[in-house]
Amino acid sequence: MYAIDSLQIGYGRNVLSTLEQVVVEPGEFICLLGRNGQGKSTLLRTLAGFIPPLDGEVRLDGRPVRQWPAAERARKVAVVLTDRPQVGALRARELVEMGRQPYTNWTGSLSHEDLEICEGALKRVEGQHLRDRYVDSLSDGERQRVMIARALAQRPQVMLLDEITAFLDLPSRVTITATLRRIAHETGVSVVLSSHDLEMSLNAADRIWLLPGEGRFIDGAPEDVALSGAIGEAFDQANLAFSLKSGRFETHGTSRGAVFIDADGPAAVWLGRAVKRMDFGVSGSREGANVVIRHSSQGYELDGETYLTIQSLSKALIRRLG
Amino acid sequence: MTSAFARPALAGGALALILLVVILTSLMIGQVMLSPGEVLSGLGSIGSGSMESRIVVDLRLPRVLAAVIGGAALGLAGLLMQTLFRNPLADAWSLGLMAGGQFGAALVIVAGAIVGPGFLMVLTGFAGLGVVAGSVMGTLGVALAMSTMARRVGTVTLLVLGLMLGFLAQGLISVLLHFTNRSQGRIFVAWNDATFANVVWGDFVTLAPLLAVGLVGAVVLAKPLTALLLGDVYAESLGVNVPRMRRLVLGTTILLAAPVTAFCGPVAFVGLIVPHLARGIIGSARIGAVIPATALIGAVLALAADLVVHLPWEQHFLHLNAILALIGAPLVIVLLLKSRSLRGGEG
Repeated sequence: MYAIDSLQIGYGRNVLSTLEQVVVEPGEFICLLGRNGQGKSTLLRTLAGFIPPLDGEVRLDGRPVRQWPAAERARKVAVVLTDRPQVGALRARELVEMGRQPYTNWTGSLSHEDLEICEGALKRVEGQHLRDRYVDSLSDGERQRVMIARALAQRPQVMLLDEITAFLDLPSRVTITATLRRIAHETGVSVVLSSHDLEMSLNAADRIWLLPGEGRFIDGAPEDVALSGAIGEAFDQANLAFSLKSGRFETHGTSRGAVFIDADGPAAVWLGRAVKRMDFGVSGSREGANVVIRHSSQGYELDGETYLTIQSLSKALIRRLG
Repeated sequence: MTSAFARPALAGGALALILLVVILTSLMIGQVMLSPGEVLSGLGSIGSGSMESRIVVDLRLPRVLAAVIGGAALGLAGLLMQTLFRNPLADAWSLGLMAGGQFGAALVIVAGAIVGPGFLMVLTGFAGLGVVAGSVMGTLGVALAMSTMARRVGTVTLLVLGLMLGFLAQGLISVLLHFTNRSQGRIFVAWNDATFANVVWGDFVTLAPLLAVGLVGAVVLAKPLTALLLGDVYAESLGVNVPRMRRLVLGTTILLAAPVTAFCGPVAFVGLIVPHLARGIIGSARIGAVIPATALIGAVLALAADLVVHLPWEQHFLHLNAILALIGAPLVIVLLLKSRSLRGGEG
């Protein structure tokens, strides 16, 4: 397992971040967050042993990661990257079988056990139906699932994944994040996923690594990291802020007035969203509000008028307060 | 499962059969037409001095063998380079390695001619390790230049650079020959048009061992090269020592391409198109699976083109590279239009 000791990451003289004492336990699903340029990829590359640390040590099973022979390291650490290599006439099955290279002899011939491991890896990512498809014909989401299966076929202790969901649509991102979480918990492989998807990471991760900038590194349970206010510090912009109440990013422009929402259930939630979207504040009481919106079986009522849709209500609201 | 294993074996068997047929046809056809029986009796009576034996063994067989092993070697060199440069149109010819090899060989020939006329004996036969050594040095120089540049420029730029290096080398060779005497120049110009017909039995002493080492190298490198299909980082994560492997692949490519260039001239298109045909027939890009088909198709293509050149035409205007261009150029155009990375321009 990884043990990090006062590790400085970066290139040349440019120190991006310093990590004090960090230990990665088996079966943890860790999400690595941070804005571009704060060193997410550099940290993963350093952990993988591709680049040397500027100072300090990454120990893998007690030995500095770069001192492992490449083939032995490949049995402990597997990586998946963002980029989509064009591989030509290569089937998904053959791609997964590449994951066995650290274990096979110079001819690369696969034993029965190797083939079983590959099949099991494809099964874990729910990709058995892809096995005979050409990789270049797969969708981005399918391709990354096959890439994860290839990494699994290496039977690693740790999987490092660098923004592998960056090109994917929302359903694929959700599926892949859930798959990785399941892999970590079921197989005991530690998974480190760097991601831009803050809300999804906070929901899925066992542990958050945050690179908020200025060389700092924050490590903790998602909730601890959120409550510390570090996420806001790392990501907030002029008119976009992380809300500790909702666990989401919310716009906070100049408030155009406060609205009291008299509604229950889903209607209350979605009315609240609509109101915030138009830069109105949601008031907790009738007294503090400029206007009141009431939801009934007839529709949405504002100033005695009833509107059938939130769209028509929105227009009326802007006329009223804008 | 079975079909996946049966396809390379079946394709390999069929290709080997086709190769045998083309070899036999090549030994039969020429200014003197022989029947299959006469070819076999010629092969069976080596050294007997019979007419069949002299035509088949002394005249035709060296040319046929040179085309077979030369075509196979160039095909493999193309496969290695396409994988190494991650560029579907890379090969020893398109990236200028052959031009470098020719220039190196020309330098050795001219230098030898200046040093002493005795060198002409070597020159006329193109035996002599000096010419091969010159070719290897020239190929190596261009190969190193190209692999340095490959990191900085895109796929298409690299190809254009290779073609330009080719023109540059041709220009330099012309200048070099301009200042030597006419008879040398004429010999060199004949060699400058690629042909397998100038190879004589003595040349195989140099040619065969080098190509054999290159073939072994390609087979040994098949596993890490397959990992390289995914790119440097993935290859490294799979336990491949990428810088060392790059050097080995480059060295193997030179062993395969430089001797052929030295003895047969710049044979175009074989290394470029053969790996694509092999991948298409095998249905896989896995290097280990593609190597046998690449070698066989390279041999068949080179020999078939050579056969067309050596049909009993009334005039001898056809050149090997002209035939290869008629097959190769359209295929390259299709590849250019089909490939996402090439059509998209850089990267």
